[in-house]
Amino acid sequence: MIPLLQVQDLTVRFDVLDGLVHAVNGISYTLNEGETLGIVGESGCGKSVSVLSMMRLIPQPPGKIVAGQVFYRGRDLLDLDDAEMQHVRGKEIAMVFQDPMTCLNPVLTIGRQISEAIVVHTGATWEQGRRQTVRLLEMVGIPQAADRLGDYPHQFSGGMRQRAMIAMALACSPSIFIADEPTTALDVTIQAQVIELVKSLRDRLGMAVIWITHDLGVIAGLAEKVIVMYAGFIVERGSVDDIYGDPRHPYTLALLKSLPRVDRSSHEPLATIGGMPPDLLGLPAGCPFAVRCDYRVEQCLQENPRLRPILASHEIACWVDVAGRHGPVTGRAI
Amino acid sequence: MNDNHVPVDTDIPVGNHVPVDNHVSVDTHVPEDNHILVQVEDLKKHFPITRGIIVQRQIGAVKAVDGVTFDIYQGETLGLVGESGCGKTTTGRTIIQLYRPTSGRVVFDGVDLTTLAGEGLRHMRRRMQMIFQDPFASLNPRMTINRIISEPLRAHKLASPQEQIERVQELLHLVQLNPRFVNRYPHEFSGGQRQRIGIARALASNPQLVICDEPIAALDVSIQAQVVNLLDELQDRLGLTYLFIAHDLSMVRHLCDRVAVMYLGKIVELAHKDELYDHPAHPYTQALLSAVPVPDPTVERRRRRIILEGDVPSPVNPPAGCRFRTRCPIGASCPDKDPHWRDLGGGHWVICHQA
Repeated sequence: MIPLLQVQDLTVRFDVLDGLVHAVNGISYTLNEGETLGIVGESGCGKSVSVLSMMRLIPQPPGKIVAGQVFYRGRDLLDLDDAEMQHVRGKEIAMVFQDPMTCLNPVLTIGRQISEAIVVHTGATWEQGRRQTVRLLEMVGIPQAADRLGDYPHQFSGGMRQRAMIAMALACSPSIFIADEPTTALDVTIQAQVIELVKSLRDRLGMAVIWITHDLGVIAGLAEKVIVMYAGFIVERGSVDDIYGDPRHPYTLALLKSLPRVDRSSHEPLATIGGMPPDLLGLPAGCPFAVRCDYRVEQCLQENPRLRPILASHEIACWVDVAGRHGPVTGRAI
Repeated sequence: MNDNHVPVDTDIPVGNHVPVDNHVSVDTHVPEDNHILVQVEDLKKHFPITRGIIVQRQIGAVKAVDGVTFDIYQGETLGLVGESGCGKTTTGRTIIQLYRPTSGRVVFDGVDLTTLAGEGLRHMRRRMQMIFQDPFASLNPRMTINRIISEPLRAHKLASPQEQIERVQELLHLVQLNPRFVNRYPHEFSGGQRQRIGIARALASNPQLVICDEPIAALDVSIQAQVVNLLDELQDRLGLTYLFIAHDLSMVRHLCDRVAVMYLGKIVELAHKDELYDHPAHPYTQALLSAVPVPDPTVERRRRRIILEGDVPSPVNPPAGCRFRTRCPIGASCPDKDPHWRDLGGGHWVICHQA
């Protein structure tokens, strides 16, 4: 079966005043029809840039896709001209961003903005677009949708704006729905509403979802496959049960151990990861996580490990496999 | 630190609390000899909404904090949680008198702060400090670390120039930053390091109470744990009392001793943390806790979420009676009047008609 989306060796750099920022360093993954992929990592790990560059949404220059292919239904998105890409964006692959206020145009009504997507992509009339918009807003749970078409973004609350963004993303029934930290700016109860909404729409419409987040909790209940990124590399990849139940990369393990849980009482100090992520201007020769790693061996400082399979569907980029070595990660301070 | 409070069933009001109409003193989970550091009584903070440019008339008020009552015990960490706009930050700032309250009392170690002004208030402020959310906005970019951290010492005339240098070195050690950094500027530090600088500044005047207003919200996961462990350690070493304001309920469970849940300007539930997280009584607390994702797929598959409908109403015009009525899954038949505090035993207080 040909995967819906196949990213191969995607490498993105930013040429800035201080030098070259190695934002994404040769990542590859596939996404099948109807599948949900979670991409987790901390700020600056390249999770957003990797999908933005795939959608050709990074400013070029300073950004540059140095290498790689992104095959969507067999076509390389990186080879398309701007008009063809415009057709893919929004219609085939739709995206929702973190801050709905900066993504909506403040001087256009919500109804106008969503209808526009429909009119531009499907060639419908404005009247058809308007009717479709009402249906979409109802689907994402905006009460009295028909009356709210004339509202401006500032008249919507944060959760409603994010729903409107989702409605806009769904306007042309995309086959891939990309969500870039869509709930980070929202409160937990609203976050729960949005996640439940995306889950039910995914199941109903059969779209594939890529959900980017720094919150390991959100992914646990949503994704089937998970990618953990660090310093522009994929460091671990596997099914959601593999990643949470049997983490094999020291970074994934440390991240999971540093999280307190709402459903458990804890009295021990939290496990910490000492130090800071590396400067992407000059990556170390070895593994980018080596200096912060509790399981470091000599080889880690010299050679950067490539992703290698340890089980059928579980891969890590690490010279050391932490399976069975889960001593408590010592709480070091920097 | 989490274990030194032995839960004792008390319904005897501790301290000299006069219950204000339907507010009873909410003393939870406290050994009888435990000292109350801060008493907050029916505290209200309303921000006026005005209209007109030359002649301003008040046309309404944002009832950010609308009658909260609680105590903070010496040496404990009290968590204050709730969604954005529920008034938790305003409560913190009103306690420390950064905002003057509309009504109500804040008694700090026997002194009513709301009656103080000028030099008297400055004198008390030395004993309570604040750590802010945004480590980028809360440090003056034109000041060196040395000046930032020693500013409270100068403001309160606590140390000679020579002593200031020594104290800054000591504080940097305390927050685990390299003391050689004194002459650097804030932009040279990462978010986690800046937050440590903010903590060092807060500790400079040797305060008893530290109000931590979302101190880790702006930090990455791996850095959050470092800062939380530091706060925990400092509390043990210096005997600090924290009011920890946060929306990250998992972290609050880890760090706090007791937790108060706020909704639309009111506290709806207050209990020892394990009691609150394991047996939430208020429907809002239940919904809030069920919405927090757990990093464990097997648990997530089993979990049932209580999804609240709609958004938080405006604090300009809150619903009559129970504030949560408009979104409450069980509140359809609730009467149109304010619910009262009830003690569920073991210092577990809830304000709900049904619970």
